[in-house]
Amino acid sequence: MSVQNINVALIGNPNTGKTSVFNQLTGLNQQVGNYPGITVEKKIGFCKLPHNVKANILDLPGTYSLNASSMDESVVIELLLNKNDKLYPDVAVVVTDVENLKRNLLIYTQIKDLEIPTILVINMSDRMVSKGISLDIPLLEEKLKTKIALVSSRKGLGIDELKELIVSYKTIPHEPCLNASVIDPEYFEKLQHAFPNQLMYKLWLVITQDVNFSNLDRNEIRNTFTKSHSELKRLQQKETIKRYQFINDVLKEGLKVDTAAATDFRAKLDRILTHKFWGYIIFLGILFIIFQSIFSWSTIPMDFIDSTFASLSSWTAKELPSGILTDLLSQGIIPGIGGVIIFIPQIAFLFLFISILEESGYMSRVVFLMDKIMRKFGLSGKSVVPLISGTACAIPAIMATRNIENWKERLITILVTPFTTCSARLPVYAIMISLVIPNKRVLGFLNLQGLSLMLLYLLGFVTAIISAYILNKVLKLDSKTYFVVEMPSYKLPLFKNVGINVVEKTKAFVLGAGKIILAISVILWFLASFGPGKEFNDAENIVKERFANTTLNEIQFENEVASQKIENSYIGIMGKAIEPVISPLGYDWKIGIAIISSFAAREVLVGTLATIYSVGDSDNESTIKSKMQKEVNPETGEKIFNFASGISLLLFYAFAMQCASTLAITKKETNSWKWPVMQLFFMSGLAYITALLAYQFLK
Amino acid sequence: MQNTIHTLKKGDKAIIKDFDIDLIPLKLLEMGCLPGSLVELLQIAPFGDPLYLDINGSHVAIRVETAREIEVELILNNL
Repeated sequence: MSVQNINVALIGNPNTGKTSVFNQLTGLNQQVGNYPGITVEKKIGFCKLPHNVKANILDLPGTYSLNASSMDESVVIELLLNKNDKLYPDVAVVVTDVENLKRNLLIYTQIKDLEIPTILVINMSDRMVSKGISLDIPLLEEKLKTKIALVSSRKGLGIDELKELIVSYKTIPHEPCLNASVIDPEYFEKLQHAFPNQLMYKLWLVITQDVNFSNLDRNEIRNTFTKSHSELKRLQQKETIKRYQFINDVLKEGLKVDTAAATDFRAKLDRILTHKFWGYIIFLGILFIIFQSIFSWSTIPMDFIDSTFASLSSWTAKELPSGILTDLLSQGIIPGIGGVIIFIPQIAFLFLFISILEESGYMSRVVFLMDKIMRKFGLSGKSVVPLISGTACAIPAIMATRNIENWKERLITILVTPFTTCSARLPVYAIMISLVIPNKRVLGFLNLQGLSLMLLYLLGFVTAIISAYILNKVLKLDSKTYFVVEMPSYKLPLFKNVGINVVEKTKAFVLGAGKIILAISVILWFLASFGPGKEFNDAENIVKERFANTTLNEIQFENEVASQKIENSYIGIMGKAIEPVISPLGYDWKIGIAIISSFAAREVLVGTLATIYSVGDSDNESTIKSKMQKEVNPETGEKIFNFASGISLLLFYAFAMQCASTLAITKKETNSWKWPVMQLFFMSGLAYITALLAYQFLK
Repeated sequence: MQNTIHTLKKGDKAIIKDFDIDLIPLKLLEMGCLPGSLVELLQIAPFGDPLYLDINGSHVAIRVETAREIEVELILNNL
């Protein structure tokens, strides 16, 4: 038998465990990419099915219905309407949650209207006993005209049965399970008459939805069959009522709930977690634990990575034949890669915590708890999610604003999210804090360095909120405010889901950032290792002349030559050029180089410093940190990284818009250059002023 | 005065009677907020807004300004 390849699309409401089913089917055999032109995440996995069939499984974004209200949801409709798409499903799998079957079936009836073979997965079947739910599967299959797989993705039950159903998808009926056109027979009859070869429901979607539809001239349909916005909405309401009537009738017979057996766990937990006092205390406590643990837990692997790369550098320098390639490797590439790898522990921890908060259902309670407060600042309760995930990376955070219905609230959230302390700032903070803040305990248990880090996080949030308040007053935008949040039931986060999420996100981040950092470190090494003119190329003789009257030992001599060289290299010249602008902030030209190179991505700062301090340094053994510690101002003899300049640098990186990717995503999501440009000037201006004030007061 | 979801107290149950469709997001309708549906006010957020509801088995939170637009008939007081 030949190998057969089929396309399977996973569709369903958010919070139905759709992604768990996807993970169960595909394991780590996944590819995460983007839909062309837009930043909606596209997840495809591969799965071997029985009888020599292979399946491409597409995990579509969670959606409540086929009425798109966001870019994520449009993706679903566009795929299902386009038979020529190479991912067009041979079979659709609609995932539902047994506890929310009624609502979850709404989209199922819509998919059926498109006459795609559809399998119904009733997930979380392990909860049926504790919730007192019983199902009449044969009856449901008959009424809903499908095959049902009872699955517990949490316990891995029913997955094999689901695979069998997918393989035999050709036996699943195509026809719709209800006739929704009865809501306005006259109108729909005319419509069908005008386009006899098209599915009625498809036509209806083209009329009501703002999506691309290749085969039909949309204007033609719209012009003939248009109705006013409010008339269309009224029909959509009728349609929704019609569908619910059908679902209610089916479930009346097919689903029994014994409420006496149901437990009241959700209500109890809700009472505590959304309590007007304890709710906030718990939320703050969770944030505090996250930030303290990120700093203290990840120091061990980070120190290990740091010293490993330092010794790898020196090993390469010693063991390989000396020459320009070895220099490039030991002074450019290895410290550059080390500067990326060192992120991994902290980023992984952050994604771990965020993933747990979202999986457990707690995040929705935070939205509920914070909405009223956030609205005072022109934000929405839903802005809390971007602001928290902004601590990992502003890019996914800005994408997460899509479910904020109100455009003004959404725009303000996009604009202020980059103030939150993203993981790219962490390495900068980590190294500066460890240089200028003593590693002491206060009050017995608070680590002073951990506390400083927490203060920086707080500073990020507070600045974001204050800026939001200002923007809310300044921006004159009128938009309707809609706010609907589903409050999912509480679930223990699944290790597999959280794990896959952490691995995928960390991998994407490190590879993405890694490419830039690696490229920049190689360029930097080059610029630092070569220079124009006599000052650079004749460094040894210049040093000899200068110290003609003093006796230098060999090491002192080499160091003098090295510093003569770097000062007159290409990069040294660039750094010196901007020194007048940054010296009021307490920075020397070497830090200037780092600021220039990290303009596109903050995390490059540490890698740059690593490269600059490695070039010409005979002592590869020591870590970046100890090299920075030793750095002194040649004129005053003062340490370069002292308390005043350290704080100034911390503040600069807290505020400055040093991230090209964030600017790009803001452009994409707001569809205008106006907002990213404003972000850039506002943030970097603020950074310069605060860093200047801090240094001048503290020095 | 007509009862709306906004006038309910915590624990009250009511039947949705009517609303102005232009003021209610479609998403809420899809969640099951339709005339005839049962609604229970589960929680009120600190500072009185938003409201956490069980509508027809769906657990959702909406803001007071939306709740004000949905007329209901009280069926059970939380005593």
